[in-house]
Amino acid sequence: MDEVHAELARVLREHAGRLTASLIRTIGDFAAAEDVMQDAVETALRRWPQDGIPDHPDAWLLTTARRRGIDLLRRQANYRDKLARLQWPVRGEPGDRLKLIFTCCHPALPVPAQVALTLRTVCGLTTGQIAAAFLVPEATVGQRITRAKRKITDARIPYRIPSDAELDERLNQVLAVVYLLFNEGYLASGGDRPHARDLADDAEWLAADLAWLMPRHPEVLGLLALIRLHQARTAARFGGDGRLVLLSDQDRSRWDHDAVKETTRLIERAAAMRRPGPYQLQAAIVVCHAEAPTWDDTDWAQILVLYDMLLHLTRTPVVRLHRAIAVRYVRGPEAALDELAPLAKPLDGHHLYHATRAELLRDLGRHREAHTADSRALALTDNPAQQALLTERLSWT
Amino acid sequence: MKYVLLFAETEKFAKELAAMDDDERQAAYEKVTEWFARHAAQITHHGHLQPAHTATTVRLDEAEPLFTDGPYVEGKEVVSGYAEVEVADLDEAMGIARDWPACPIVEIRPLA
Repeated sequence: MDEVHAELARVLREHAGRLTASLIRTIGDFAAAEDVMQDAVETALRRWPQDGIPDHPDAWLLTTARRRGIDLLRRQANYRDKLARLQWPVRGEPGDRLKLIFTCCHPALPVPAQVALTLRTVCGLTTGQIAAAFLVPEATVGQRITRAKRKITDARIPYRIPSDAELDERLNQVLAVVYLLFNEGYLASGGDRPHARDLADDAEWLAADLAWLMPRHPEVLGLLALIRLHQARTAARFGGDGRLVLLSDQDRSRWDHDAVKETTRLIERAAAMRRPGPYQLQAAIVVCHAEAPTWDDTDWAQILVLYDMLLHLTRTPVVRLHRAIAVRYVRGPEAALDELAPLAKPLDGHHLYHATRAELLRDLGRHREAHTADSRALALTDNPAQQALLTERLSWT
Repeated sequence: MKYVLLFAETEKFAKELAAMDDDERQAAYEKVTEWFARHAAQITHHGHLQPAHTATTVRLDEAEPLFTDGPYVEGKEVVSGYAEVEVADLDEAMGIARDWPACPIVEIRPLA
């Protein structure tokens, strides 16, 4: 992404959600406020690249939103009057942004709509940018957002921070949406779309915002740490030819070791709260990798302990698969292959299952079976970098 | 705001219920009674439907009304009852539905 677009993204991310929250508070209607703000964002994206980013971008956005809002909502006199009274600088409360995030990630909305709504409402992306990031038609994203907003209004999904009784479950949903965004961006990175919004950056920003707003929730810190650790290794993930480089082959001097050190402190802060969770554990596992000077120095025994804890909290086939990789380095490929056996059915459609199996089979000298497993993995991934890697492996045998 | 909770049964649930002995069935009914008592302040009215084999459906989108035996959707999930609740918002309705102790599916629909 070039400088101008990166700066535009940063400024809009910083202000759009804040202003949307103020608009919702002023006119009391989520859907209308969100429409008006989206319009201001689109105007900014047209004007700013030519005119330059104004000195007070939030004042500019607010003025534009107010003017367009008064026009768009001309049939709703009560909204218009409220909008007309809105002045910059707007009074903002940290709770406002949380209400916004929790409403966008409400479990009564389908997950793709939660994702789209969060990006548009909280991070200031346009419908077109969301569609480009997920490689779906713009009309599809528009429809998801329209339907979601209609449901918020008609089924009366509340605009508030969930009660203490609901908070943990609802927060997990928010974190899941942020992590999904991150993974989407992380996998797509290094692609050939220089102007596309980097969803990984949006996810990191969201996680940092949540960590600032909810500092006593260790899983929020855990997710932020996990995202920052992945980001710290981004530079080494792709070779000069755009090929994906496996962890074992990465040039560790290209990792951002200062960021790793800083993030380790974040994990320690979370751990001191003594409420371990999946994000904290995954972050701790990444730290183990990040702190090993070379691949051969990796503390696999410690990683396996962390995976055991993770498996205890989330008994999913995917966690078992990743744990099996740690088993390979502690107890050998034979033991790891045994761990994979019960996953054959649940993970049959998962490329990493077949790719991992191929590596273990190759370790055991079972090359023909390895080849079959790699072919299966190749057929199951759409990601060009992963495809290239598997194609290369297939050429070995 | 009023919402209707539509309770739906599955074949599996019906079989489990049929396989219960009297004591187990009694205990299951008591849990439902407790649920209604716990949420009595929000429940405005409710009803339990007779089993699906008693249903008759009429289709009115043809020239003549067409009466058929059975519920309007042929499926493994059948609406078996409803409760209307008066609450502030969807979260509160979801809070009531989440500890429903009987059939495995509850659809929450706001009343127009």
